Amino acid sequence: MSLSTQPSDPRRDEGIAQPTLGTLGLLRFAWRQLTSMRTALFLLLLLAVAALPGSIFPQRSIDAVRTVDWMARHETAGPILDSLGFFEVYASPWFAAIYLLLLVSLVGCVLPRSKIHWKAMRSQPPRAPKRLERLAAHNSVTVDGSPDAVLGDVRAALRSSRFRTHSHDNFTVSAEKGYLKETGNLFFHLALIGVILGMAWGNLLGWKGDVIIPVGQTFANTAARFDTLSPGPLVDTADFEPFAMKLTRFDAEFETDVQGQGQFGSPRDFTAYVDFTKEPGAKVEKKVIRVNGPLETGGGTAFLLGNGYAPRLTVKNAEGEVTYSEVTPFLAQDNLYTSVGAVKVAGAGAVGKQLGFAGLFLPTAVLDEQGPRSIFPDALEPALALTAFEGTLFPGGRPQSVYSLDTAEMTQLKNKAGTGLLRIWLTPGQTYTLPGGQGTITFDGLERFAGISIRSDPGKEFTLASSLVALVGLLLSLTIRRRRVFVRVAPAPDEGRTVVSIGGLAKDDDEGMGEQLEDVLTRLKERRT
Amino acid sequence: MTNETLANYANLSLYSAMAVLTFSMLGYAGYLAGLLPARDDRAEPADAVDRELVAAGGGTVSGDASPHGAGAAPATESDVPLRARKAGGIAETLAILGTLMLLTSAVLRGASVERWPLGNMFEFGVASALFTMAVFLVWGLRRDLRWLGVFVVAPVLILLGLANTIWYTEAAELMPSLKSIWLVIHVTVATISVGLFAVGFVVALLYLAKDHFGERRGLLRVLPDSRTLERLSYGLHIVAFPLWTFTLIAGAIWARQAWGSYWNWDPKEVWTFIIWVVYAAYMHARVTRGWRRQSATWIAVAGFVCIIVNYSIVNMYFVGMHSYSGL
Ligand code: HEM
Repeated sequence: MSLSTQPSDPRRDEGIAQPTLGTLGLLRFAWRQLTSMRTALFLLLLLAVAALPGSIFPQRSIDAVRTVDWMARHETAGPILDSLGFFEVYASPWFAAIYLLLLVSLVGCVLPRSKIHWKAMRSQPPRAPKRLERLAAHNSVTVDGSPDAVLGDVRAALRSSRFRTHSHDNFTVSAEKGYLKETGNLFFHLALIGVILGMAWGNLLGWKGDVIIPVGQTFANTAARFDTLSPGPLVDTADFEPFAMKLTRFDAEFETDVQGQGQFGSPRDFTAYVDFTKEPGAKVEKKVIRVNGPLETGGGTAFLLGNGYAPRLTVKNAEGEVTYSEVTPFLAQDNLYTSVGAVKVAGAGAVGKQLGFAGLFLPTAVLDEQGPRSIFPDALEPALALTAFEGTLFPGGRPQSVYSLDTAEMTQLKNKAGTGLLRIWLTPGQTYTLPGGQGTITFDGLERFAGISIRSDPGKEFTLASSLVALVGLLLSLTIRRRRVFVRVAPAPDEGRTVVSIGGLAKDDDEGMGEQLEDVLTRLKERRT
Repeated sequence: MTNETLANYANLSLYSAMAVLTFSMLGYAGYLAGLLPARDDRAEPADAVDRELVAAGGGTVSGDASPHGAGAAPATESDVPLRARKAGGIAETLAILGTLMLLTSAVLRGASVERWPLGNMFEFGVASALFTMAVFLVWGLRRDLRWLGVFVVAPVLILLGLANTIWYTEAAELMPSLKSIWLVIHVTVATISVGLFAVGFVVALLYLAKDHFGERRGLLRVLPDSRTLERLSYGLHIVAFPLWTFTLIAGAIWARQAWGSYWNWDPKEVWTFIIWVVYAAYMHARVTRGWRRQSATWIAVAGFVCIIVNYSIVNMYFVGMHSYSGL
């Protein structure tokens, strides 16, 4: 008795017969526990709970900036939660443990069931019980004809109602239908494994890369050209297709008609017009990329995921030589496209010093007591609000963002009077002369840029096919009823007539069983007249 | 392009629907109240029969029970007192009228902005109310559901009240990421399944109440017996669940169209998944040996709580790519 692990285990008696469970016995016991319905249920509920924190806390892989922000605001909780994987829930070991256990449980549960079902489909319905009136649903009628003749018609009636029939003797019929229910259920569960495999496949062999392309510039699909690239572990980035696309125009529309809260200024339409070349030297194709209309490039798909403004800026030194001339993307921070960016003039500045500008681009700018800000997302009154720094732009050669300055080894420039910090306000066409003979900065004009994400996921078709199989399997499993019907015939007291008793056995409670029996009897009567 | 006249008519139709549904709710309440005295008249014999049945072994015996099961709600229409029958009839007519007005409101709203009217919280709310009523009425064609009326119409009115006040958003065009045929497919099916889950949830709660307080306690005695309620609730859930599965798949297809990847662990996606898993657990629990129907039903209730959270808290407060609530 003491050997049994669980007092409530129905297999307790086996434990007594086998005093030493041994490693194998223990493993078998663990396996049986893992593949039980109870465990599956527990793991399902656990999965639901474990998925929760990922929707509450910012996730590093989705929004790194918000994650850093959150950690900064919660100095004690931040590091603790971080070490527990709360900012990377869906890649955390505990989340993986749950779904992998569920997967193992699923396989361990479904494979034996498939075997049993396979056998059941190839064997005959079982012998009829002795007393049909014991079954939850039963009925009996008396019809004309000898028992033998009636039995033949009973079989035909059952078959016409899509039952599979078998007679174990001369006065009963056993019938069963609804095998597709279990088939559907098994396909549903197996297809879930397919979904997981398809996702894993996509993660290993897929890649995604993001790039910002200002109007007029060309992007060539090579690994080095992406702003960020995350290839799966098995991806060879040298194999990327050699296509190129030039952004020729970008249209953006915002709501101006409706004044209501949450609507005015909302984005309405974004369209990127590109000149697409499949490979160097190929014909140029005119294409559009929309928010819900990606461009298939062959091995990947190009999505329009973002957009914003890129002022054309020129910086000249005191001698009038151009030290910087670039279309410089500024990244939108909010729905009004208040955008941040930086200008890094790495070339000749004052001796040993480099020049950097950082600040805001405002598409519809106002400057009031709240400071510089944008009041509408479209470029109606564009302006740049910048501050300037001198010093070393790339201290220690550390990697840094293109959109902000690392000011660790820089000092901020003072205004001309030397009374405060230098603040530069530029509208298109304007030039600002920097104090102390540092040269000039000019806002030449404004372009839009498109944020394009190119992605490849070779597993997606398999995932989709699996999920559709799961859906169909589920429908079969939920709509079809597994029913067993038994019929017994016996000679009636009055000559030439036969008593037909019928009983039905169903899985779960089956409201329609009574009707099913009625239907069979009706079909029988039709045949007897 | 927004046609303000049409948008105003849409709102007018919505207010009228709320008024009509309020009277419908009162009618359904009158129906239940009208049944009570009748039950009292027959209470003694009915109880006696019941006790006998239980004494005879407690097992579920055979199929000669009334359509509602063992003698709880009235077995035939002639058992329903005239007063209740009148109230029920008026309530049903008003429920149909109110639902048609909701439909009109949604159609006018869609026409006013020339798009499918499922683009923000307000519109989701109205559509959910509409589909919940539609589920109730269509189901009511197949069986007598007058006992359920008040429990469906009252929450629908609360939902409409919320939509009209804190979620109200003016009619306007959609953001680019919502302009897709998948909006129509995914969100419509989602809203239909929410309607089904909602009615299933209400029936589940009635089952749990009856199971907890007893078959014949107070108002509960005019409802169908608890076994029937449990089965009805399950029946609704197994229609809703495949629809929700489809919603999940369609959402993933759309996510690839709009965001480039079919699964992004966006909070809204996470919650759709959580809801799916919880209802899958409900179906499992129902066939797991050693789990009682009551415990399984509690999981279904938890599933609907997740739907409510997904609709309200996740839409309004969680930061993600699904920030379309219009708030
Ligand atoms: C990924 C995890 C799983 C999910 C999402 C899932 C989902 C479902 C759903 C939705 C049903 C309802 C369909 C129906 O009633 O026919 C179901 C039924 C069933 N599942 Fe699972 N399941 C999972 C894992 C498992 C595991 C591990 C087992 C084995 C222990 C299992 C055994 C069963 C059985 C036996 C049924 C049939 C119930 C019946 O007789 O109707 N499932 N499952």
